[in-house]
Amino acid sequence: MWEVFKKEIRSFLGSFIAYIVMGVFLAITGLFMWIIKGNNVLDLGVASLQVMFNIAPYILIFLVSAITMRSLSEERRLGTIEILTTRPVSDLSILLGKYLAAVALIVFTLLPTLFYYYTIQQLADPLQGTDVGATMGSYFGLILLAASYASIGLFASSLTDNQIVSLIISMVLCFFWYGVLSLLGDIKALDAIGKSLEWFSLDFHYQSISRGVLDTRDVIYFFGFIATFLGATKMAFESRKW
Amino acid sequence: MSIQVNNLSKKYGQQLALDSISFSIPSGEVVGFLGPNGAGKSTTMKIITGYIPATSGDASVCGLDLVEQSLEVRKLVGYLPEHNPLYLDMYIAEYLLFAAGIAGVKNTKKALEMAIELTQLGPERNKKIGQLSKGYRQRVGLAQALIHDPKVLILDEPTSGLDPNQVVEIRNVIKNLGSEKTVLLSTHIMQEVEAMCNRVILINKGKIVADDSLEGLKNTSPTDSLETIFRNLTSHVGSI
Repeated sequence: MWEVFKKEIRSFLGSFIAYIVMGVFLAITGLFMWIIKGNNVLDLGVASLQVMFNIAPYILIFLVSAITMRSLSEERRLGTIEILTTRPVSDLSILLGKYLAAVALIVFTLLPTLFYYYTIQQLADPLQGTDVGATMGSYFGLILLAASYASIGLFASSLTDNQIVSLIISMVLCFFWYGVLSLLGDIKALDAIGKSLEWFSLDFHYQSISRGVLDTRDVIYFFGFIATFLGATKMAFESRKW
Repeated sequence: MSIQVNNLSKKYGQQLALDSISFSIPSGEVVGFLGPNGAGKSTTMKIITGYIPATSGDASVCGLDLVEQSLEVRKLVGYLPEHNPLYLDMYIAEYLLFAAGIAGVKNTKKALEMAIELTQLGPERNKKIGQLSKGYRQRVGLAQALIHDPKVLILDEPTSGLDPNQVVEIRNVIKNLGSEKTVLLSTHIMQEVEAMCNRVILINKGKIVADDSLEGLKNTSPTDSLETIFRNLTSHVGSI
């Protein structure tokens, strides 16, 4: 598993994907937090990273899909999947190696935003400070959310040998689970059904964790979500055996 | 027996690719797996390396069952798939170290040096795979297959698409390997077999039509060339 993990990390660094992803993420969140008029921290005058945590899920839909789009589809296109799967490693450890590499890259992308937090701490009213719990919770939620996106992305990339197709499938699925399902809860006509569908959305649990109250149900939801998509990925990956 | 195959069949949907083939290869033999395109050579090799399962029948490598002890078998087998798939953006050493690691080799550095030596990759070793000529890429593929010092080598058309000089070089590499390993290599070129193998398994439409030593095959019709024997045994298939 770690051999695959190392190879993936190297390929992220070698192909500049890593730098692009980190650069784009920091640039966009930075723009929204400090520069674009209206909602930025200085205009609002509230010492919190809420602006970033609101915008990040949408940026990550694109970036995480871009990270994972090639992981399996490229192996299929090149035919190297045949070498990989005939080595003495299980299919599951190949998938986990690739998955964990994607998650590691995302966590690494989020790290520099701690600098934003430091800035906000310095700007905050010394008497009130910042809401440490909510910030920690939001980071934790964001990582779980991105890890869920990564499991969707890996699944999408197991379906095709075309990276672009994989990217689009992944983005659509991510948007569905994050955005569409949670919107259903707002539709009055759907009433209770909409509310229960909303419970299945990633957004619902992301918001819940972001409040800074760690509810095990939310954590279980995320881990279940990831496990489900990794399971589906394994099935698609082993479709050659059918 | 290094490789033992019993009544192996493979169906792709409705199409029967392998029709109950059986053969066994003792250790140290270099066997040419011969047949027209679509005869089932690659399918057999994919099954023996564990890439796809057989529909029925069983096979073993060095006495280990292909399905029950799959991971153990894979440690003993080196595999060069058809078309020699490679990561073009990796450096040779980087790729071979990865291949060694994933094959479970403890001392990957030593394995790397051994593989580079065996395949004479030395002069090009600091290049990216994408920059290499086809002949050198083929050597990288071979190096990948033998990096963990496997007992059995399965090579699917190792010389296809190479120029005559490269063909001779690759043949020499394989011939040298054959002195200590069991090699099963597929080809549809007769001279290939004459140059490298002590035994031929001829397969056509998923069935074995001849399994003999090179001499034995020649003796079946002494006046004909090997090419003609090959054509006679497989000619009732529509040519592609």
